[in-house]
Amino acid sequence: MWAMAMKEFRQMRRDRRTLAMMILLPVLLLVVFGYAASFDVDRVKTVVVGSRAEQVAAALPERFDVIQVSADQGREAAVERLRDGDAVVGVVTAETGRPQVLVDGADLFSARSVVTELRGRPELPAPEVLFNPGLETSAIMVPGLMGVVLVFVGTIATALGVVRERQSGTLEQLAVMPFRARDVLLGKLLPYLGVAVVDLLVIVAVGVLLFDVPFAGSPLVFALGALLFLFVTVGAGVLISTVSETQGQAIQLAMMTMLPQILLSGLIFPLQAMAAGVRWIGYLLPLTYFVQVARGVMVRGTPFGALLLPLGMLAGLGLAVFGLSVARFRRDLAPAGPRRHADASDTSAAEAARTEAGAR
Amino acid sequence: MSRESWGCSGLGVRYGGTVALQDVSFEAPAGAVAAVVGGDGAGKTTLLRALAGTVQPSAGTVRRPDVRRLGYVSAGPGVWSDLTVEENLSFSGRAYGLGADELGRRIAGLLERTGLTGARDRLAGRLSGGMRQKLALAMAVAHQPDLLILDEPTTGVDPVSRAELWRLLAGAAAGGAAVVVATTYLDEAERAATVLVLDRGRSLLAGTPDEVLAATPGLVVEGPARPDGLPAWRRGARWRAWSSGGSTPPGTGAAAFDLEDAVIVAQLRQHQGRAA
Repeated sequence: MWAMAMKEFRQMRRDRRTLAMMILLPVLLLVVFGYAASFDVDRVKTVVVGSRAEQVAAALPERFDVIQVSADQGREAAVERLRDGDAVVGVVTAETGRPQVLVDGADLFSARSVVTELRGRPELPAPEVLFNPGLETSAIMVPGLMGVVLVFVGTIATALGVVRERQSGTLEQLAVMPFRARDVLLGKLLPYLGVAVVDLLVIVAVGVLLFDVPFAGSPLVFALGALLFLFVTVGAGVLISTVSETQGQAIQLAMMTMLPQILLSGLIFPLQAMAAGVRWIGYLLPLTYFVQVARGVMVRGTPFGALLLPLGMLAGLGLAVFGLSVARFRRDLAPAGPRRHADASDTSAAEAARTEAGAR
Repeated sequence: MSRESWGCSGLGVRYGGTVALQDVSFEAPAGAVAAVVGGDGAGKTTLLRALAGTVQPSAGTVRRPDVRRLGYVSAGPGVWSDLTVEENLSFSGRAYGLGADELGRRIAGLLERTGLTGARDRLAGRLSGGMRQKLALAMAVAHQPDLLILDEPTTGVDPVSRAELWRLLAGAAAGGAAVVVATTYLDEAERAATVLVLDRGRSLLAGTPDEVLAATPGLVVEGPARPDGLPAWRRGARWRAWSSGGSTPPGTGAAAFDLEDAVIVAQLRQHQGRAA
């Protein structure tokens, strides 16, 4: 038994990446996710419109973070701001009577906190929940979970597919065939993209038909967001494959990219409830923007123009990640780097030559 | 098919600060098999990769045809184990731009020549070692390359399959290709038109097998017991030894030596030179 344990310990010690993950990662995850794990939204972005907007805005409790006060706009403008995702609460005032409070039900935790507060204070008006009137969790989670599935297919499956080529030794065979690096890369990726698109269609159908998730917006805008997101996730898969020697390493790295996305993208914990430092990590993650696009299009019916920022971020992240992955992949196939080919026999030849030279 | 001679002159390859190949020159004439011989770590794979263009030389020149006229079988599996025999051949042929009709004809011919017709629909991962190597070779010759490079295609392959693989290599050479094959088996190298013996990244011997044998100095002797005072090695149940001065120790006689003996003698001379 001790011999076995000693062998295992020696092997573990040499697999430094796994060892580092086993020791450092739990600490890192605990610290980061500890700051992220909060459902409590302290402040909600609010627009106040209507003739008594100034007066009502001044009287709102501190939780309502008033970002716009407009006396010459009405309910329609407030709904538009909520649909575009600019604000969570819209207060519509009139010359007489109590103001209307509109709440964005697509921002589930913020909406719940507002609804709870307003219902507990009879002196304030009852809220009207838009887009997700029943404050259903599934309506919010399913669009985001589509992103998780796409990360799984795009990143993990792609990384494994490319690493398998390296691990089985056939990457060297491809390197001597008359392919350009981009032909190899795109040829490898197309089937995965195809599967991911089929996956996407199935998930949307299941979400809409089984979980009654609304699809209020444009399918084209949703498709654009999903394709841009796939662009990033597939690029991340290729990037992971270029730094992984084995499928096990690829899975480890893919999981390391997947876990923060699930926890820091706003999919589970609201971004506005996270500590600022952790929230900024979330702003670097593609799932953050896909969640915004998917929830915006499906639940709120957000138009293309209001989603330019998340779509642009997805495009930018895609270009950065894919560009880097193509560059690294090209290096894998190019003839420039003899070191990458240094197998045991070549290395020993090299070492022998050096030893001999040193002896003279 | 081109009748050019491919190869390298003064080739050097460095891995970072270390030298893997130094001043190696090698000719691979069209229509002939050239063998690259050496033990583990001799630099055979590096030389073949430099010839194939997957390793950048640090010195010297390499003459090779365009990548579309090159066939390569790596020391790895060289085939896609989760594709069938026919799918592997089809992929390789298409990669080199063969049209559907031509590809179909060539696949049928290659399956016939390699004896893989019955395994046409079998996954490559389920083939025996010899069959897999024959498939890899068939993939490498499907586009009828000018230069065919094979890295130890017969290592770990049974004797019958080895003979069949060499028959296929000879066939490729007869078709006009320059064939370069790395091997650790010196009996195989004797079948080649030319031999390059590498040792620690340097050229130890080069020429036709006959030239290499003729250039061996001194005398190789053989006897039932290990001769005293001479560097000796076992061949089967008997001992052979190298007598640099050409004398025949008691109990021994001159041996009909072969390429294996010649390589051993060359290595002994190199060690003696270093020691001196």
